[in-house]
Amino acid sequence: MNVDWLLTHSPALLIAIPLLAAFLTPVIDRINKKARDAFVIIVLIIAEIIMIALAWDVFTGSAHIYTMGASSPTATIPAQAAVPIRIVLEVDGMSAFMGLISTTVSLAAGFYSLAFVKKETGQGRYYALLLLMLVGMLGMEFTGDIFNLFVFLEVLSMASAALIAYRFYYGDAVEGAFKYCVVSSLGALMVLFAIGLLYGQYDLLNMAALAKVMKYTTLDRIALVLLIAAFAMKCGAVPMHMWTPDSYTVAPAPITAMLVAASQASLYALFRICFSLYGLTLDVTTVGIIIIALGLLSMFVGVTMALPQKDIKRLMSYHAVSQTGYMLLGVGVGLYLLGKPDFDTYGMAAMEGGIFHIINHALYKGLLFLTAGAIFYKVKTRNLNEMGGLAHSMKFTTIFFMIGALAIAGIPPFNGFASKLLIYESAYHVSPILSIIAMLVSIITLASFVKVFHSAFMGPPMENAEEGDVPKSMIIGMAILTVGIILFGLFPGWVVSNIVHPAAQALAAQAGYIGSVAGGA
Amino acid sequence: MLETTGGYWSPIVWIVAFIVAFLMAYIMWGMGEKKHAKGEQEKPFLSGQDEPSKEAVHVRAGNIYWGFTETLSGYYDFMKKIHTGIINDYVLWLLGMAAIFFLAIVLPGVIM
Repeated sequence: MNVDWLLTHSPALLIAIPLLAAFLTPVIDRINKKARDAFVIIVLIIAEIIMIALAWDVFTGSAHIYTMGASSPTATIPAQAAVPIRIVLEVDGMSAFMGLISTTVSLAAGFYSLAFVKKETGQGRYYALLLLMLVGMLGMEFTGDIFNLFVFLEVLSMASAALIAYRFYYGDAVEGAFKYCVVSSLGALMVLFAIGLLYGQYDLLNMAALAKVMKYTTLDRIALVLLIAAFAMKCGAVPMHMWTPDSYTVAPAPITAMLVAASQASLYALFRICFSLYGLTLDVTTVGIIIIALGLLSMFVGVTMALPQKDIKRLMSYHAVSQTGYMLLGVGVGLYLLGKPDFDTYGMAAMEGGIFHIINHALYKGLLFLTAGAIFYKVKTRNLNEMGGLAHSMKFTTIFFMIGALAIAGIPPFNGFASKLLIYESAYHVSPILSIIAMLVSIITLASFVKVFHSAFMGPPMENAEEGDVPKSMIIGMAILTVGIILFGLFPGWVVSNIVHPAAQALAAQAGYIGSVAGGA
Repeated sequence: MLETTGGYWSPIVWIVAFIVAFLMAYIMWGMGEKKHAKGEQEKPFLSGQDEPSKEAVHVRAGNIYWGFTETLSGYYDFMKKIHTGIINDYVLWLLGMAAIFFLAIVLPGVIM
């Protein structure tokens, strides 16, 4: 096995390895618990390494195409056919970018879980489902086939719902999972119906081939409506966000961090459909305005609803909604300007800002949820009114929280500032009011996290608080994400040039997406 | 260094500027009056009242930003009203938004 072989087969391996590992985990769990923990961590590390290698190859070269079951992975169209028939994985800059987020957050969540769920029962199932979540995310991000997008969306939703209800002895965990199940099922049905409409017209499921023949008929428009509604709901856009605080709050903290990455996979699907599947055939002005409006609503309602919350995880969940708004705003501005003369300057910068914010958000919001879990681990409550003085005993967690809070509020020199700056400047070009609202939301975000810091970490120590910080594996999990925040904050130019720009370019250039699978637009 | 549409952003320059400003502030603080009575003179002056214990003055989360939420009570009352926690309403919001998207995206194509 050499590096070229590994890189060629890496898109399939990245799905197959965690998928097989997910089914092996309960078996190893029966034999030895420590072996199970080591196995899961090794699988997550392998996935991370392969993902970094694949991403680097994509960012410095070209998209990777992998045709399942073909004699050659790049043989997308069989000799006897005129269109792609087999399942095709297409890993371009945007897919690789999202894959990096999914594997990194999963690795941090895996390490963190070692101690966090140590006293729980059914850990074999827990880790199996955690790996299936990774499979679902990577599948959604890599697939070039719209039906497989639905399949992986379902894999992700089912694994997520089961993990939200993992601590079923808390009644609200089951309730949160039930709500997630209902809205996810309805969303998945809408996606399936949209796929049916497209397949019925074009006899195609491959997204590049579909994009090539897309006519934007009335049925295509109806399919677009269903897809936008379903994926906007799945990524937590206001006013379809209400499941988000209910589910995020009650899930175990590492799973909440994974749910953030899972929501971003849906956000990716929304962007992929708008840019790569429909592209310039759609009315970019109308759809762009819809996405900008969803972004503004999400930013403002999310942050104002976060401010009065007393449950630390519920507060952070509303902030997750609010931060999703920034991503929708950035990429929405890009879509609005697509095909217009200003796209190359302001549109591309807005998309880079929105896409950069996706990875920044995964890092700092993942970290903040892990710090919330660390607090719960020590004080057994999520109620901020019952906390105080935790900085006396939880020194590492306090530092991690401060870094995460400053990053989410967009305070320089942390990573959140760089992506927000790109969004502010480019959105200003469309309308100054967009930038003003975005900046106002940042100020309220800072105010909200000052409240959490003051309530949980400042003041006299709690009487019943245990001495010392959380176990080392939880510290490692938080440290992985903290290192990312600091590096991305210190070197934003390098990150944007080498990681974010290729992703934005891959998303904006529909012809490249079509050409690599279906042979030219 | 990150090039933006309106200029650039360099965290390293920002950090250097921050360190310089911090050092200047620290030097100015160091040039201040060093002689003062230890103990009594270090206490805050609260109109002659004794300083309450730290436990007694720690403001809890529920009381922070009370003024903000009270001022925007109309907005928050509306927000509480729509955040019912009932799954039927969540589904209605999803279908309602799909209907709005339908009017914005599909209807213009049908009319034209």
